[in-house]
Amino acid sequence: MADSTFPNPAVPIAGGAHGALDVTPPDVRKHSVLEILHSWITTVDHKKLGILYMLYGIFFLLVAGAEAIAIRIQLAVPNNHFLSPQVYNRFFTMHGTTMVFLVGMTMIFGFANYLVPLMIGARDMAFPRLNAFSFWVTAFGGLLLYYSFLGGSGLYGVGNAPDVGWFAYAPLTARAFSPGHATDYWAIALIVSGFGTVGTAINVVATALCMRCKGMTLMRMPLFVWLFVVVSGLTLVTITPLTAAQIMLLVDRYLGGHFFDTQAGGSAVAWMHFFWIFGHPEVYVLVLPAFAIANEVIPVFSRKAIFGYAAMVAASVGIAFVSLGVWAHHMFTVGMTSASNAFFTLSTMLVGIPTGIKIFNWLATMWGGRIRFATPMLFLTAFVFQFLLSGLTGIMLAVAPWNWQLHNSYFVIAHFHYVLVGAIVTAIFGGIYYWFPKATGRMLNERLGKWHFWLFTIGFHITFDVMHIPGLLGMPRSIYTYEADRGWGTLNMIVSIGGVIQGIAVLIFAYNMIVSLRSGEKAGNDPWDAWTLEWATSSPPPDYNFATDPVVSSRRPLWDLKHPEDPDWKYEA
Amino acid sequence: MPWQWLWKTRNAIFAAALLAFCCGIVFAQGPQAATPSIFTPASTPATEINNLSYFVLEITGGIFLVVGGLLVYVIIRYRARDTDDNREPAQIYGSNQVELAWTVIPVLIVVVLFLTTARMIFAIQDAPKPKAALDVTTVAHQFWWEYRYPALGVVAANELHVPLSNTQDPKPTYMKLLSADVDHSYWVPQLSGKVDLIPNHPNELWIDPMRAGLYVGQCAQFCGAQHAKMLLRVYVDTPDQFAAWVKNQQQDGVQDPSVAAGRRVFETQACMNCHAVRGTAATGRFGPDLTHLMSRDTLASGILHNNKENLRQWIKNPDSFKPGSLMPAMQLSDDQLDQLTAYLSTLK
Amino acid sequence: MSAIPLTPHVSDHQHPWHLPYRGRIGMYCLILGESAIFIIFVLAYVFYIGKSLTGPTPQQVLEVPIFNSICLLSSSVTIWLAERNLEHRKMKPFALWWALTIVLGLIFLVGTGMEWHTLIYEKGLTVSTNLFGTTFYSLVGLHASHVIFGLIGLSLVLIFTLTGHVKEEHAERIQVLALYWHFVDAIWIVVFTVVYIIGR
Repeated sequence: MADSTFPNPAVPIAGGAHGALDVTPPDVRKHSVLEILHSWITTVDHKKLGILYMLYGIFFLLVAGAEAIAIRIQLAVPNNHFLSPQVYNRFFTMHGTTMVFLVGMTMIFGFANYLVPLMIGARDMAFPRLNAFSFWVTAFGGLLLYYSFLGGSGLYGVGNAPDVGWFAYAPLTARAFSPGHATDYWAIALIVSGFGTVGTAINVVATALCMRCKGMTLMRMPLFVWLFVVVSGLTLVTITPLTAAQIMLLVDRYLGGHFFDTQAGGSAVAWMHFFWIFGHPEVYVLVLPAFAIANEVIPVFSRKAIFGYAAMVAASVGIAFVSLGVWAHHMFTVGMTSASNAFFTLSTMLVGIPTGIKIFNWLATMWGGRIRFATPMLFLTAFVFQFLLSGLTGIMLAVAPWNWQLHNSYFVIAHFHYVLVGAIVTAIFGGIYYWFPKATGRMLNERLGKWHFWLFTIGFHITFDVMHIPGLLGMPRSIYTYEADRGWGTLNMIVSIGGVIQGIAVLIFAYNMIVSLRSGEKAGNDPWDAWTLEWATSSPPPDYNFATDPVVSSRRPLWDLKHPEDPDWKYEA
Repeated sequence: MPWQWLWKTRNAIFAAALLAFCCGIVFAQGPQAATPSIFTPASTPATEINNLSYFVLEITGGIFLVVGGLLVYVIIRYRARDTDDNREPAQIYGSNQVELAWTVIPVLIVVVLFLTTARMIFAIQDAPKPKAALDVTTVAHQFWWEYRYPALGVVAANELHVPLSNTQDPKPTYMKLLSADVDHSYWVPQLSGKVDLIPNHPNELWIDPMRAGLYVGQCAQFCGAQHAKMLLRVYVDTPDQFAAWVKNQQQDGVQDPSVAAGRRVFETQACMNCHAVRGTAATGRFGPDLTHLMSRDTLASGILHNNKENLRQWIKNPDSFKPGSLMPAMQLSDDQLDQLTAYLSTLK
Repeated sequence: MSAIPLTPHVSDHQHPWHLPYRGRIGMYCLILGESAIFIIFVLAYVFYIGKSLTGPTPQQVLEVPIFNSICLLSSSVTIWLAERNLEHRKMKPFALWWALTIVLGLIFLVGTGMEWHTLIYEKGLTVSTNLFGTTFYSLVGLHASHVIFGLIGLSLVLIFTLTGHVKEEHAERIQVLALYWHFVDAIWIVVFTVVYIIGR
């Protein structure tokens, strides 16, 4: 009976009857800065590593955001000279690379690190030391990428950073067209951070499959954990092709190989295939965690169980599989056969079916609920709306003939920023507001949160709704300036203004985190009246997470605890 | 079939409403003559894509209204209120019938969209090439366009001239797309969708412009420092204009003894390593053919008006207009610059 | 509230709570990721067959490394025998089979080295000669690097065995390493087929 007792969320864990692990008196001694630093650098605790991932991601979010603002200033008026073409090309390359690899990937794995063990009732990840290794390798990759600003041309030349676009199409990356070492930094930094990513992905899968607490069968895992199993599996088969392609690129650049050397029979199109075999599933690697956050936040704030759990699991796995067969929709204009174009149109449209199921299931979860619009739910509601819109523009882009017009135009830029910012970043903000109290013990300020939400959402729509239009009017991507007579000027000015508003919102968010961390309202164990295991332990959780190993009987163990008269397991098949 | 009915009854109201919504801001300040909008097509491929895009917009717009409406309804109807009691709402875990329904409906939409799209892909991409078609070989360079008319013996740069076509007697232009260095993409939105120019990977593109005039566009695949200033200009000429243009282009370069000094500069200062002037010793192919330089409206791939002053400044320091362009500043003296500009200005 | 025990589902008591071994799952994941790398290199190899603009061609210079391949593939058998012996606490035969596996792996590696030496210094094929050279050295070299990593792992186990640190309870971990070795061998079958049969 002992381990079937649940730690009571209302009472400090240490006061429980099974306190064998809790005899250590609370450490009230003041730590020196050096001691604190040492404890963070040497930690193998999944929670600390999760926070490190998040801080690292937020830091680079600010860096990439600054690059975006510089880009938007340059484009605000035609024939602007704010940035030189070379600097502009470096900035948009670094902005894209940073956002995908140093912000997106690290933040999603920050969430995974912090929450997956807690949600499955485990004390840590399956491989804690691998976990620390992965973080530091990833972090080193990011620093290496940014070191290129100093070291790209070696010590004798002026510094430069990669300027070949985040997709780095061959043969622009060949030695002949990209002399110096900027492109090498791009490839090596991403290979290095890729090792870390693969390590974490392995860790997440092993944790979810091998560390679950008693009673947590696969079909009782929180959807969040399910999604991260899918994401990690997808990561394993998408990051590695990029690594392979980058190894080939380095063989070409350093050993005189000919993989992408069009003068020696090599193929520029092969790089595109390899890159997008990575690049498209990567979008789902980033967006599935946004779904994962939605799957936790939307039910809790609607006060209802998620609608169609099994269908959500199936849809996630379905999206992952279909996403592996759609990459060439980035290549409708490279001159594939009409049959290939038709095939990739179909496979791309098929993604719409499982994603449609997800949107409907979220709506059905909200339907009949009592939706509390606290800041996390505000962000996740905006997420559903924006994800719907980005899905619809995605359908437009899947239509190959229309894609011949829209491809590489600002319409595409608007579309994928709708996904990356409107869906992913928005959901990540919501997730931070939701789990910040768990990680720090303090609530984020709700007033500042509302300011952050409204400014960010309004700025987002000013920027990215309007950004579709120049694309329809013929404005291609990656251009550092444009002619005055094309009629894109006013639109770009509006887009830039929206970008600044979003920048202000993000600064409010950073301020909110700092202020709330010091003097935010105390959170308690379970501030949102939620249902998954992470809310059963204290905030922040102790190093060992749970004093006793939890035992669960359903998908919502805390619901069962709070509603013993009507527990979930009676209804779950 | 139902979507064909939808297609036929798509009307000006829908298009106007949508365009007003999308482009209101643009038109508020007056239509721009040079805006290469995909919604003002002038050639069959662009027109067909335009029609297809309205159809797709109708379907996606419908989905948006339904799902977005549901979301708004849910937000308003089911928001928590102060008057709520403390009890949790009824817990519903799922419903197979409902879930099946919202799986089947998207499947049907996908089928409709796919069939319509596939038909269009084959219609545009596999269109048979008529005998009367004009062949042009387009070679993209960092950062300019080379046009070769193999059947006419014409070589031009940056400004493409093609004949007007019409439905009774089609005179389409078929372009073979090549690249001399990195990836580029050919995009004149009013004439057709874009097609990439990739080294070692020839592509094809066809247009049949139905209205005479100038159509602009630009390179749509990032190709290096001056990707932004690799502009496209397509002149659709009436048959007479086109014949006159071809006749002039077929001539050798004008040999005017009064500018012999400039020609000497051209032939001794390495200009001819990269540029050709037919009828002289200059046969370089890295840069644009200059045989009929003065027949063009623009310089440097469409970014400068073609006049003596711009030409002189461009030769003096190409980087002042196009930093990163591959044409070097030749460090010519002012006299040499004057002579060279005078010589080039005779190349009508 | 604090005393409320969760009522475990009836069926939970019937089955003991059993989870897979994390090392094994981790290795399967690693193998999945590595497979994706190899798939890309194999695709590149197949795509570039016959696309070289200059010689030498595979027919002119490649010889089928039959002895090498037999060595590497039989090492999968010897490592399997080693695993069985460890499970039955027979440490001596375990060490012997394990050492034999390493020897077989080394023979393969030396054989590859000799093949490359011949190709580079006698037949004039380097990574920059043509597309065949680029893809050949990349694919075979990628596999050989995995053999090297595997051999390092195997050697560490052998050292620990000889110093008496490997016990029967480590069988599961050693099986995970063996799994990696089996993967390296299986990949060789693919590489061998693509390079020496299809591509030649």
